Amino acid sequence: MKLLGLFVGRDTRVVVQGITGTQGRFHTRLMLDYGTKIVAGVTPGKGGTQVCDVPVFDTVEEAVEEHEANASIIFVPASFAADACFEGIEAGLKVLVVITERIPVRDAVEVMAYAKREGVVVVVGPNTPGVIVPGECKLGIMPAHVFRSGVVGVASRSGTLTYEIASGLSVVGLGQSTCVGLGGDPIVGLSFVDMLRRFGEDEQTKGVALIGEIGGNLEELAAEFVGSGGFGKPVVAFVAGRTAPIGKRMGHAGAIVMGRAGTAQSKVEAFLEAGVRVAERPSDVARILVGELGR
Amino acid sequence: MKLYEYEAKEIFSKYGMPTPKGELATSPKQARDIATRLGVPVVIKAQVLVSGRGKAGGILFAGSPLETEILTRRLLDMKIKATGVRSVLVEEKLTIRNELYFGITTDRSSQSYVAIASSEGGMDIEEVATAMPEKIVKILITPLYGFRSHHARQIARRLGYAGNQLHGLTRIFIQLYKVAMDYDAELIEINPLVETAEGKFVVADARLLIDDNALYRHPEYKERLVQERTELSPKEIEAQKNGLAYVTLDGNIGVIGNGAGLVMATLDVVQLYGGNPANFLDVGGGASADKMALALDLVLSDPKVEVVFVNILGGITRCDEVAKGILEAKKRIGFVKPMVIRLVGTNEEEGRKILTEAGIHVLDSMEEAAVKAVEMVKSGG
Repeated sequence: MKLLGLFVGRDTRVVVQGITGTQGRFHTRLMLDYGTKIVAGVTPGKGGTQVCDVPVFDTVEEAVEEHEANASIIFVPASFAADACFEGIEAGLKVLVVITERIPVRDAVEVMAYAKREGVVVVVGPNTPGVIVPGECKLGIMPAHVFRSGVVGVASRSGTLTYEIASGLSVVGLGQSTCVGLGGDPIVGLSFVDMLRRFGEDEQTKGVALIGEIGGNLEELAAEFVGSGGFGKPVVAFVAGRTAPIGKRMGHAGAIVMGRAGTAQSKVEAFLEAGVRVAERPSDVARILVGELGR
Repeated sequence: MKLYEYEAKEIFSKYGMPTPKGELATSPKQARDIATRLGVPVVIKAQVLVSGRGKAGGILFAGSPLETEILTRRLLDMKIKATGVRSVLVEEKLTIRNELYFGITTDRSSQSYVAIASSEGGMDIEEVATAMPEKIVKILITPLYGFRSHHARQIARRLGYAGNQLHGLTRIFIQLYKVAMDYDAELIEINPLVETAEGKFVVADARLLIDDNALYRHPEYKERLVQERTELSPKEIEAQKNGLAYVTLDGNIGVIGNGAGLVMATLDVVQLYGGNPANFLDVGGGASADKMALALDLVLSDPKVEVVFVNILGGITRCDEVAKGILEAKKRIGFVKPMVIRLVGTNEEEGRKILTEAGIHVLDSMEEAAVKAVEMVKSGG
């Protein structure tokens, strides 16, 4: 099975875990409208029913056996989400997009370790808006209309801020190759470095926008990766939370500055040192990339 | 959720870790009785959730029951970083040969937990990591395999211990990992882990932060949550109850937006243009008119707010709902303060129409709106 885009694309066969819930139903409709190949849904106990003409099964195993699903998007409630992830991994899925928020850290840690052991291509999230390959497929909850097929790879720890910046890229005509929300939690499956590696190998991607925020050190590691010559395409970074006070959680579980670690200043300095241009305002991301790539 | 030192120590002790003899006191008289029972000298430790207690004078030593009473009164009257002291822990004073550090926390880059130890306990571990990185021992924990005795022995040996002391430390490390997993710890620390003059190890201070998202697995702390709420301002409680992420800051421009990243970026842009945000308020995804009205209510009623800046990028959130919420708030409380509204995205046209018809001007760039908000504050609204 060839996966277009970076890890999902036109031919990705998607199962929606938690398809019968309000969110699951609503976004299944929107994803189908976008052209995503949703082949099955799973809600334990609701097997045999349908949502938006998509067959619903009790287990992921059946969805894989009968419809060759190879990726999943997960909407199940936080207390059942880890189990849903394990089920998807064991059924042989290669991509899990975990929309659910407020999953306990211990559960997330175990899911990531298990995914790595079982050779799952990637876990996106948890607490992610998902992945979109404009014009091909959308495994997520983002508003499709702000995205245009194009040349900028976008990786972000945020939701709406991603739409803000993606919309800017669409307006100036650059568009996006693939746009990935890493997720707003402390423990997430993908890092900026993982995404840079993928964007580096992707022909469609000519430049990259990294949208970071306070907390953790994913931005610093990305800067180190670029600084050591690991990435040859233009990169622009934006870091949200320059004005955030220490010790206060700014909405996201992952967006908290503890002591000196994870401040916006540390991230911005790391990027600048590595030769990565840093946008001061969200709209500067598109402006700088136009300068680097042309229109 | 942060636990108090005495709560963490109770748990540690239940798991077989050696803790100093001691009891909790909420009055000077009670503290005096505890000191009499324990024998002097004692250490009296203010029970607060903020860090930096030692430097703020929240730990005192007493040589007699009477002194314990006097010093406890002093502690109960003081404020540490604006937090009142409601109780003190009165404990036997330890004879200290060495102070170590041992803790377990999450490590984002390895998507796992990490055990951290140091022979330089008693100070902020981040300071140690910066000033003397060679004094830090770190072991990444593979979650499916766990933190095992051989890991613990390895750490004890690297800290320079052997024989019975190595076994004593190993036991403490292993038990701490058990607590970390059983209690869904985001961070768990023994700092300092004291080596006494007799060569025994004692948990002198304990810190345990439980992952808020895992609290449903720890119903025993439900009541604590309610208690903790009383320490929040009524506005923050109101926000929390209604699923609004609200953090007060010290400026004069009230900020409301949807999505944590977007709101943070909005605060940054406001500051970039010379303004000063009064708060962070994220209404979340798919906010209804009601929620929007409530958010406005919260911000408008903050006396230090001079101008309100609403920045909405509709995705799941619909602009018409937001517009209705703004009108609802206007009806309820009136526009007591000038507002700048930026509204784009899903159902943008309907949203703009609703507001324009009500005579409210809507902008479509967040930077333009930020500039305007800052100008309005400077010109006195």
